[in-house]
Amino acid sequence: MRMRTRAAYGFLAPYLLIFTTFWVWPIVFSFYLSFLATRTQPWRFNPAATWGRLVIDPAFLNALKNTLVILVIQVPVMIALATVLAVLLNSQLLRARGIMRFAFFAPVVVGEAAYAAVFRLMFNADFGIINKIITGLGLPPVAWFASPTAAMALIMMAVTWRWVGYNAIIILSGLQAIPQDVYEAATLDRVSKPRQFFFITLPLLRPIILFCVVLSIIGTMQLFAEPFLITNRGGPGQATETLGLFLYRQGFTVLNFGYASAVAYTIAALAILISLANLWLGRSAK
Amino acid sequence: MRSKSASTFRRSIALHAVLVPLAIVWLFPIWMMVVFSTMPENAIFSPNIHLIPSNRFWENFLILQADTDFLRTIFVSVVVALVYTVLSVMLTSMAGWALARYSFAGKGLVLSIILGTLTLPYFVVVIPQFIMVARDFGLSNTWFALIVPPLFNSLGVLFMRQSFSMMPAELFDAARVEGVREWRIFLFVGMPLARPTLAALSIILFLASWNNYLWPLLINNRPDMMTAPVALGSLIGLTKVSWGGIMVGAVLLTAPMIAVFVLLQRHFIAGIAAGAVK
Repeated sequence: MRMRTRAAYGFLAPYLLIFTTFWVWPIVFSFYLSFLATRTQPWRFNPAATWGRLVIDPAFLNALKNTLVILVIQVPVMIALATVLAVLLNSQLLRARGIMRFAFFAPVVVGEAAYAAVFRLMFNADFGIINKIITGLGLPPVAWFASPTAAMALIMMAVTWRWVGYNAIIILSGLQAIPQDVYEAATLDRVSKPRQFFFITLPLLRPIILFCVVLSIIGTMQLFAEPFLITNRGGPGQATETLGLFLYRQGFTVLNFGYASAVAYTIAALAILISLANLWLGRSAK
Repeated sequence: MRSKSASTFRRSIALHAVLVPLAIVWLFPIWMMVVFSTMPENAIFSPNIHLIPSNRFWENFLILQADTDFLRTIFVSVVVALVYTVLSVMLTSMAGWALARYSFAGKGLVLSIILGTLTLPYFVVVIPQFIMVARDFGLSNTWFALIVPPLFNSLGVLFMRQSFSMMPAELFDAARVEGVREWRIFLFVGMPLARPTLAALSIILFLASWNNYLWPLLINNRPDMMTAPVALGSLIGLTKVSWGGIMVGAVLLTAPMIAVFVLLQRHFIAGIAAGAVK
């Protein structure tokens, strides 16, 4: 028995070594860092330069506002779309199922740099295909990269394009776990399809949709590559600067590690708080 | 009876009226990626609409290769993703095995800490990781820096643990009675039985490493140690650059993953459905 316990620790040891070195220690160290003024050598304890600065820094508040706007608009739209897509893709009536699934799931494998490049060309204000279509319909062209509102919309569309299939896959797997006879019984009782969706499918899917919501919240709080690459470092001005991009600038452009750590902990706290609030709301709603 | 089939027909029409246009919109960026990669520069930036591929892929590739040694960055990306996947699968399956098949002091604690990291944004660790690897170890621009720090993965462990714990205990006990040692039981009995899970996990880990952007951007800045997404991203930011070339890079990054997705769709979807990596 003792030998088997020793074997268990042996199996666990390499993983725990990596875990401790590259996660546990950094978690502790960045908390400590978040109280240090790191712009001057040697680093000194000075929370006013990190946490104190955080609450009055207009650049941080701007990034926080942008992130929350994306969170409030993009996440619900994407999750609703993913749920509808999953239900439609699961339909018995669907033809060309393989191509349909491919269309929505393929973006999941496209890397950020690759899709950022395509979106920049497609939405190019002068020569992009999107504005050509818009003007073709008789509407005025949209300044996708010069107008703050349009740039935010562009980021949200890009993220939705990239991640809706990912969420639809997860929700679809939840759908397929619902026993078919529930629907057969409902159909026999002449319950209409829309009512079946709202009174059978949605309640049964609630846990898995909440899981997707939480994943998306954590992902949005860390949104970085899209504003970095598509709207060129959060442009125009800082109209699409997210918390992730702000942290990148503070941590790795200005090399202000202490302040960036305070930002990182704020991101973590917000992600966990908003996730918990969603889980709580999702559970208490009957 | 007739009214029922008529309503089925109507529902089928409605279903496709919604899904087909949406599918076209979703496929459009991938299609345009291919189209752009084959177009000369003056056609990309022209007032006309081009929706059909042209024939300049090779020329665009040569421009890309001249702008940045793209083949070298692809080589770096392939090596990193392969080694990362093998190491990460080994680490997570060993840990998953320990957590599934043994009882030992501290097991509950280890499990709850791993679960706890699921909700923790990566940003909390990235700054100290950078300070440690780049400054304390002095290991910027190395294979170690690209491969080892991202190895920790909590969902992979939970995924493997679930797979191992569903196997019947008699299988392993029989081997123990025969005097087979623990690591051989893991390697030659447990692992082969977990093959579907291993396939799903490997695909997801490979994809995650292949597309990883932030960490390789931070830790490696020498051109010969850049991964392909980072090299491509650095071109996007430039003002005078060949967009046809960038699009060739985007196609070369995307096409292998699309092929993996199409060929191994079942494993791929199983991996994502398990939430194996986010």
